[in-house]
Amino acid sequence: MNLRRWFLLPARVWMALSFAAPLAFVCGYAFLTRGDFGGVDRPWTLESFARLADPIYLGILWRSVWIAAAATASCVLLGFPLALFIARAGKRRNLYLQLVLLPFWTSFLVRTYAWLFILRETGLVNTILMGLHVIHSPIQLLYNDGAVLLGLVYNFLPFFVLPLYATLEKMDPLLLEAAADLGAKPRRVLWRVIVPLSAPGIAAGSVLVFIPCLGAYLTPDLLGGGKSIMLGNLIQNQFTTSRDWPFGSAASIVLMLTGALLLSALLRSRAARELL
Amino acid sequence: MSRPSRRSSESVHSVRDCTPTLELCHVVRDFPGHRAVDRISLQLEPGGFYSLLGPSGCGKTTTLRLIGGFETPDAGEILLNGIGVGSLKPWQRNVSTVFQNYALFPHLTALGNIEFGLRERGAANFRQAAKDALALVQLSDKASRYPAQLSGGEKQRVALARSIVLQPQLLLLDEPLAALDPKLRAQMRGELKAMQRQTGITFLLVTHDQEEALSLSDKLAVMNRGRIEQFGTPEDVYLRPATPFVAGFIGDVNWFGSAGVRPESIRVTTAAVAGPRSCPASVESTLFLGNCTQVHAKFASGVQVVSRLTPASAARFAPGENVFIQWDEADELHFE
Repeated sequence: MNLRRWFLLPARVWMALSFAAPLAFVCGYAFLTRGDFGGVDRPWTLESFARLADPIYLGILWRSVWIAAAATASCVLLGFPLALFIARAGKRRNLYLQLVLLPFWTSFLVRTYAWLFILRETGLVNTILMGLHVIHSPIQLLYNDGAVLLGLVYNFLPFFVLPLYATLEKMDPLLLEAAADLGAKPRRVLWRVIVPLSAPGIAAGSVLVFIPCLGAYLTPDLLGGGKSIMLGNLIQNQFTTSRDWPFGSAASIVLMLTGALLLSALLRSRAARELL
Repeated sequence: MSRPSRRSSESVHSVRDCTPTLELCHVVRDFPGHRAVDRISLQLEPGGFYSLLGPSGCGKTTTLRLIGGFETPDAGEILLNGIGVGSLKPWQRNVSTVFQNYALFPHLTALGNIEFGLRERGAANFRQAAKDALALVQLSDKASRYPAQLSGGEKQRVALARSIVLQPQLLLLDEPLAALDPKLRAQMRGELKAMQRQTGITFLLVTHDQEEALSLSDKLAVMNRGRIEQFGTPEDVYLRPATPFVAGFIGDVNWFGSAGVRPESIRVTTAAVAGPRSCPASVESTLFLGNCTQVHAKFASGVQVVSRLTPASAARFAPGENVFIQWDEADELHFE
């Protein structure tokens, strides 16, 4: 239909300008040479990709993957009971959903800074622990993988809870009654009915957490203090202080491909789970 | 521990035949603002086909849920084979429910659905038992289909097989035929009855369809406003209704003062007959229903009367015609 084409036009223009064009630039830059004053220059080369094979950078990639995976796993473990609780909260559902969304009322940056104030040596946690004489000198809570993980889980938990809640909320309560009727105790109902039926929600929530965590740069920058660096920080550095746009572009492409490959693996494993 | 009722059926084997499968004693269930089940008492003998019949909101589904363990009674006793189960959870009771929309697990195949309960109850040879149950409902060729790939009648049979394979003492059926189209409903009705005879399991069917209850049940309980108005054989409740509600809910009734007369007991004639049960009336309309014709007439007082005649005998009457309405005293239904 002609009308449909016109309605889609704004979205198409927007996607072309804000998504396709920058992506094309990144793909092009990755095969060029670093310019003397930033920017890019000829000749075309694969050198940036070759440099990424350096163990230092592979280590950063590996660390990004495992921190993102650990954050996703933590979100599953924390978010599943939470989503189930909200889905069964009756009239209070909306209240609890609002509470889950409450952090979005302030900016991501402000929330992450707040954790700095909570975790630093003169911060809330250390002050309380010292006040209670549990510890005598402040403990280092910041600038390690644990702090980065905490920040990521805190920031991305709502992205896991919301799609899972939507799946759980739609689940027919009669199915749970049928399972109990057939002899399944509540724990068995959970494993044999609720978890398999909410698999699409768990998968959707995991993707929404894993992909942004993989490319995170603000949280590792602030809470990891540059010690616990992830691929996102590496990319950011190439476009700012290091002024190596081709290398940053190559790292961006590797980041995207890693995400896409792990994602397709996850989707295949979900199909496998359904067969069980 | 999970099935005390079954253990009892073994230990008191000698008296099993006189212990009712299910006994409800003054069971009450209150919901905010209204009493859904109001001091219900009922006894079901082993191996019978029973129905709870009533209009929507009469408490029949709540009664079923109380027996299944999905609701807890606020007062009264629920006994299965003589053992109180009021506080037992659904998975601890040896009853099974066929739910209205079947509640088949969408992530399991037909066979998987039937295996579910067997596995939860730790049955040794669950695969073979499930296959046998699938054969019993003639769906062996659909074993690996998912519920979404089954027709309404097939889902219904899987749901039935899923419950029957557990050999419950009592099978509860919550409007199992309501979601089927009329032709399939008639066919499944026959299959339900055959299944009950074949397995010997006590069936308790909840329905609002009087024809279904009359044709299937050995005995039926007619419910209204949370209470059982009458519990009897289909003939009892139709021919000797205990209350005006039962008379009106099961079949149609013409009310002449406190006496009720079924439309099929009303005769229409052109000539007057001596006696108190013959009144002049005028024909308002005739309604051809295939197997019978309904003649709607009106007395001079304005009271309407409905007669059900064979199409041949009703053909003589045209709207506006003056006729006489007659009935026999023996056909009158009287209530205290």
